[in-house]
Formats: sequence, C-alpha cells, structure tokens
Amino acid sequence: MADLAYLIPALPLAGFLALVVLGRRAGDPGAGWLATTAIGLAFLATLATFFELLGQDSHHREVTKPLFTWIAAGGFEVKAALLVDQLSITMALFVTGVGTLIHLYSVGYMKGDEHFPRFFVYLNLFAFSMLVLVLSDSFLFTFLGWEGVGACSYLLISFWFERDTAATAGKKAFVVNRVGDFGFMIAMFLLFSTVGTLTYNEVFEGLEGVSHAAIVAIALLLFVGACGKSAQLPLFVWLPDAMEGPSPVSALIHAATMVTAGVYLMARVSPLLAEAGGALTVIAVVGAVTALVAAVIACAQNDIKRVLAYSTISQLGYMFLAVGSGAYIAAVFHMVTHAFFKALLFLGAGSVMHGMNDELDMKRMGALRRWMPITGATFIVGWLAIAGVPPFSGFWSKDDVLLAAYDKSPVLWAVGLFTALLTAYYMGRQVFLVFFGDERWRREEQEGVHGNEPSRGRPEERSEAEPPAEGSHSEPHESPRLMTVPMIVLAALAALGGLLNLPFGKLKFLEHWLEPVFEEAEHKLAPGVEDLRLVLALVAIAAGAGGIALAYAIFMRAKRLNAFEPAVLQRGSGGFDDLYSFLVERPGRVIANFTAFVFDARIVDGLVNGAASVVRMGGSQLRKVQTGYVRNYALGVTFGAALLLGYALLRMGV
Amino acid sequence: MSLDGSWYLCLAAAVFTIGAVGLLVRRNVLVMFMCVELMLNAVNLTLVTFARMLDDIGGQALVFFVLVVAAAEVVVGLGIIVAIFRRRAGATADDLHLLRG
Repeated sequence: MADLAYLIPALPLAGFLALVVLGRRAGDPGAGWLATTAIGLAFLATLATFFELLGQDSHHREVTKPLFTWIAAGGFEVKAALLVDQLSITMALFVTGVGTLIHLYSVGYMKGDEHFPRFFVYLNLFAFSMLVLVLSDSFLFTFLGWEGVGACSYLLISFWFERDTAATAGKKAFVVNRVGDFGFMIAMFLLFSTVGTLTYNEVFEGLEGVSHAAIVAIALLLFVGACGKSAQLPLFVWLPDAMEGPSPVSALIHAATMVTAGVYLMARVSPLLAEAGGALTVIAVVGAVTALVAAVIACAQNDIKRVLAYSTISQLGYMFLAVGSGAYIAAVFHMVTHAFFKALLFLGAGSVMHGMNDELDMKRMGALRRWMPITGATFIVGWLAIAGVPPFSGFWSKDDVLLAAYDKSPVLWAVGLFTALLTAYYMGRQVFLVFFGDERWRREEQEGVHGNEPSRGRPEERSEAEPPAEGSHSEPHESPRLMTVPMIVLAALAALGGLLNLPFGKLKFLEHWLEPVFEEAEHKLAPGVEDLRLVLALVAIAAGAGGIALAYAIFMRAKRLNAFEPAVLQRGSGGFDDLYSFLVERPGRVIANFTAFVFDARIVDGLVNGAASVVRMGGSQLRKVQTGYVRNYALGVTFGAALLLGYALLRMGV
Repeated sequence: MSLDGSWYLCLAAAVFTIGAVGLLVRRNVLVMFMCVELMLNAVNLTLVTFARMLDDIGGQALVFFVLVVAAAEVVVGLGIIVAIFRRRAGATADDLHLLRG
C-alpha cells in the first residue's frame, strides 16, 4: 500500500539532479518548466497516496515504507523510512500543491534573471528536503530534511548574493537557526540516552519508563528547535531579513512551508508533548507573546514584504498557541489555511514589485488596484482571509485556535484576540496604502519628492535582471499570466479553505481525518466551551472588523500616512536586533577583545616570546666563547684533556 | 743491551709536551702544524714502546694507521696553509679569526 509515497520525495530529487546536470542547457524558461514538472508530478503522487489512504479504514492509514539502513553502529541503528500517515500526507499535500503553484509563478517572476537555472536547482532541492522532513519516520531523518531546508533557505535568501544585505541576511538566518538546531540535537541525544531509539513510533511507545523531568526537557528542547525554524521569540529575528530573497522564496519557504516545520514537529511529537505537562504552557505562552509582538512590529513597517514577514511570525505564533493549548488539529488547520493566504499575499507583493519596478515602500504606492486588477483582487481576498473575515478561510482556522486558547486560559485568548485586531489593522493598512488612496508614485515622479520615510528596502532589487524602464516610476503594469494564474488559484483556496474544517457536525473533515493521529494528545475542550464558540466567533469578527475600520479611518478617511509607527519598531527586527547586540554581541566583543589583546597578546605570546628570548640571551652569551683564535680552542682542548686525565687518575686511585 | 721501556715513555712525554706547549704559544700556522706532528709522533712512540713491553703486535699495527692518517692530514693541512699564503702576506694564526662568533 502507498507505494507511490516513494515517488513524493524522489521526484523533486530527480528534478534537482537533472537540473544540476542540465540546468544551464535548459536555460530560461526550460529549467523552470523542468522543476515545475518535477514538483507537479510529486503533487500528483501525493494526491494519489492521499486517496489511497482515504480508501482505508481510518485506523489503518498509517504505513511505514522502509528505504534503507542509514546508520548502523553497535546498538544504534537508524533506518531511513517514510512514515505515511494522515498528518504527513496533509503536510505533503500542501507542500507540493502550494509548491507547484509557486514554481509556476517563479517561471514568470524570475524571467530574465541571470541565474535563472540556479534558482530552480535550489527550489527543487528545497522541495526534496522539505518532503524528507515531512515524511520521515524518525527524528534523525527529519533532522536531515530540517538541515536541508535550512541550507536551501540560506542559499535562496542570499540568492542575489552580489547585494551585501542579501548575503548578510542569509548568514543571519543560518546562524540564528543554528541556535535552534542545537536544541533539536540535544533533544535527540537525550531521547537516545533515555529511550534508546529515534524512531517516532518506538519513542512514543517507550516513553513509560522515562522520568517526567526528562520528557519535559526533551519537549522544551524540541521546542527550542521549532522556535528557530518557525521564527518564534526569541529566535524570530532572521525572518524579516529573509525577505531579501526573491518573492517566490518568501512565499514558499518563509511563509507557507519551511517556517511551519516547527509546528509540524510539535504536532508530530504530540504523544510526547501530551506527557510533558508544563511544557505545553510554555509553548502556548511563547506562541501568544510572539503573535502579539510580531503584530505590533508589523504595524510600523513600510516595506511591503516586511509587513508580511512579521505577519507570518505572528500567525506562526497562533499555531504554537494552538499546539500549546493541545489543539493540534486547529494548529494544522491554521497551518494549511495560512499556507494558502500567506503564499497568496507574498505572490501578490512580488507581483506589485514586479509591476512597480521593484518599489518596496508602501508609502510610495497607492491606487494600484486600477493598474493591477488581478493582483489587487487576489490580494484583497488574501487580506480578508488573514483578517478573519467570514467566510474566508482564515476566519475558520483562527476561530478554532482562539477557542482552544480560551479553553487553556482566557488570558491567552485575550492576547490572541487583540492580535487578531492588530492583524486586521496592519493588513488593512497595507491594502489601503498599496491598492487604494492616491497614486503617490505618480506625485513623486512629478515633484521629485520622496516619501516621508526613506526606504529601508532594496532600491536596486533585480536591477541587473531587469533593465529599468524609461522613468524610475513608469506606469505600473499587471504581471504576466504565468504569475496571475497561480495567484488566482491560491485566492480560490484562500477563500474556500475553510471548507476543510467547518465547525458544523459532519463537516469537520480535517478533524475526522487527523483524529487517529492525535487521539491521545488532542485536548478535549472543557464542557461548555464548545457552546461559547458562536459568542467567541462574534467577538473575533468584531475585533477583525474593528481593526479594518481603524485602518480605514486612518488611511482612507483621514488620508494619513503615519500612525502608530514609533521609530524603535522600525529599527532592525523591531528593535530586537539592538537588544541582541546589547545582550550578546557586546559581551562577546568584550570577551573577544580580552582574549585577543590581553590573553593572546600578553599570556600566550608572552610564553612564546619568553622562551625565545631566553634562548636568544643564552646564545648571545655563548657566542663570546667562539673567539676564532685557534690557541683558545687548543687551550680548551688541553684543559679538557687534563681534566679527563685527572678524573681517570682519581678513579684509578693513584 | 737494551734500554728500559720507561725511558722511551719519558722521551715520548717530553716530545708531546713540547708539541702541546708549542701549539699553545706559537702564532705561526706552519710551526703550529709541526707541533701537532710532534704530538702525533710522541703518541706513536708510546704505542710502539708499549707494544714491545707488553709483547703485543697490535700497538705497532696501530702506528701504521696513525701514520697513514697523519699523512693524509698533512696533505689537507698543508693545502689549506698554502691557500692561506696565496691570499695574504703572512700566516699568523691570530689574524685568521674570521669564524669567531
């Protein structure tokens, strides 16, 4: 059964290998089509596997497909195998599905780029790594994919490595992720030393004998890993900078798939988390705080992609809030809908940049819906979805998350609700600034006035790839069909994604589908909370509407450009970069200075130089002995002989 | 009639001392060289004497080796001295201290 599952990661791998060999020859757009075909076929394979599982009895939908013995060292053996179950197939479905759409979009978006084939090499390698991560049946094999997507993320963020900011952003992402991976690795070491295996199912069966403290430690360390990959406090600072990568990368890796790997890991180890008690509360609190902080920072961003980046962090916070509340299904549901609408929003942002000659500052945009009707319409669908307007998908999933949070603690629910209000506000701000209002790009062109905020963005993004048109601000234009079609498909998904799991009786498809995976871990809502669903939903709708109304009042009625934008939030990572510099870089610098200029210069060099000067001084004294006068040497020989003779005589006792 | 072996030994000691003192006090390279030869031959004399006294032919055999080596050494030494004479006026040992430290 499920033999097609082998094909799911194999096809992108084949695409990757083919592109490594043939990519340059396939060129533009051949390489892009090759990559799209590879991932498209993987999507079909996933779909076929999905239907095959659907045909099975609901408790026989979990299959392990062995691949090979990866590591065999004494008592330690890791078999590489694919774990095909409801959770991994759900994840694989949207990774390949959204991935295919974004590949397609990239063929249009990257057109004319010097390194067109290289882009698709990385993209297919990413898809392969992500599918390994998702489909693996053991922590170690997952970790392989985990590191693979990290490497691809690094390669794609710094895809335009000629630009300093892009190269730096890539390094930042890599380094920050190392911190998280460190937690993941220690968790694996702990697991192996306590349970003695790294295979998911064997670990979950072997948990009985393990002390509670060890389980909590493992859960928290895994969460540290998830924090790094999914950009949660305090390790979120790399994601906003990751926007230096091309927009399809932001959509695929830094919104829809890779950053949800942390949530996926948490869902995968749900039986372990169920035993870990207090760890769940930590996860919920971190998620809620991250959601709030990122949403606040998002309100002050002017860069069209950075708003979306902070929004992604905030939405990931929701997912962790759901995980921490024991609502894994809600987390996965939100993950899926978020993949739809956030990928859509990023593709829309890419399309706007495409049509505006790579302008990033939202305050130099405006009224673009008239010039880019398809981008505008789809973006607005994405906006309504993320703002939680019924009946769009985001409303349903966010509602599930908030309900679970309310059950965990009303405080967490309140934080989530306020975040929902902020979400609606900053997304409304973005939509109004970009697609409505005045044509500020035109005014600038005529008067040569720059916006009140200098763009922190990348003024010359893709300037090499695309020769600038006549003026710096020619008329915006709609993107080619290759780009708009994926956006339309994603818009449909973002609008209708809620159908996956409507909270009415038998319409909870996703819940019924995922239930066997989470049956032990899923937290049952306290009696009475389910009845509150309608009330809570109405409150959430009110919050969303309030946020949108606030944005409307400020940016459409009052036509202001600045509101709630303290300068500190516009600094790197909303001021967190400065904080980390203060906490980490400054002491590091002090220690490094001490080591370099005191310890190394004085003590290490002192020892070496001391030894050398002893030898030098001894030598300069000894050289006086060598006079060059033969008689002195002869005298030395004579005295030496006399001494030897004297010694010999003494020994003989004469 | 034959002299007692100790006479020969005393003679050898005297010759050796003359050589050693000469080497230490003279400055002329050629004379110093001859002093070295004196010392060598004093040792040879000792060897022969002991060979007779102890009735062991090995001592005499060793003398031949010493003579051969001394001859070779003379060739090298005189060669160096001739080379020095060709480059400078005299051959005073104290003037030749180029190899001092």
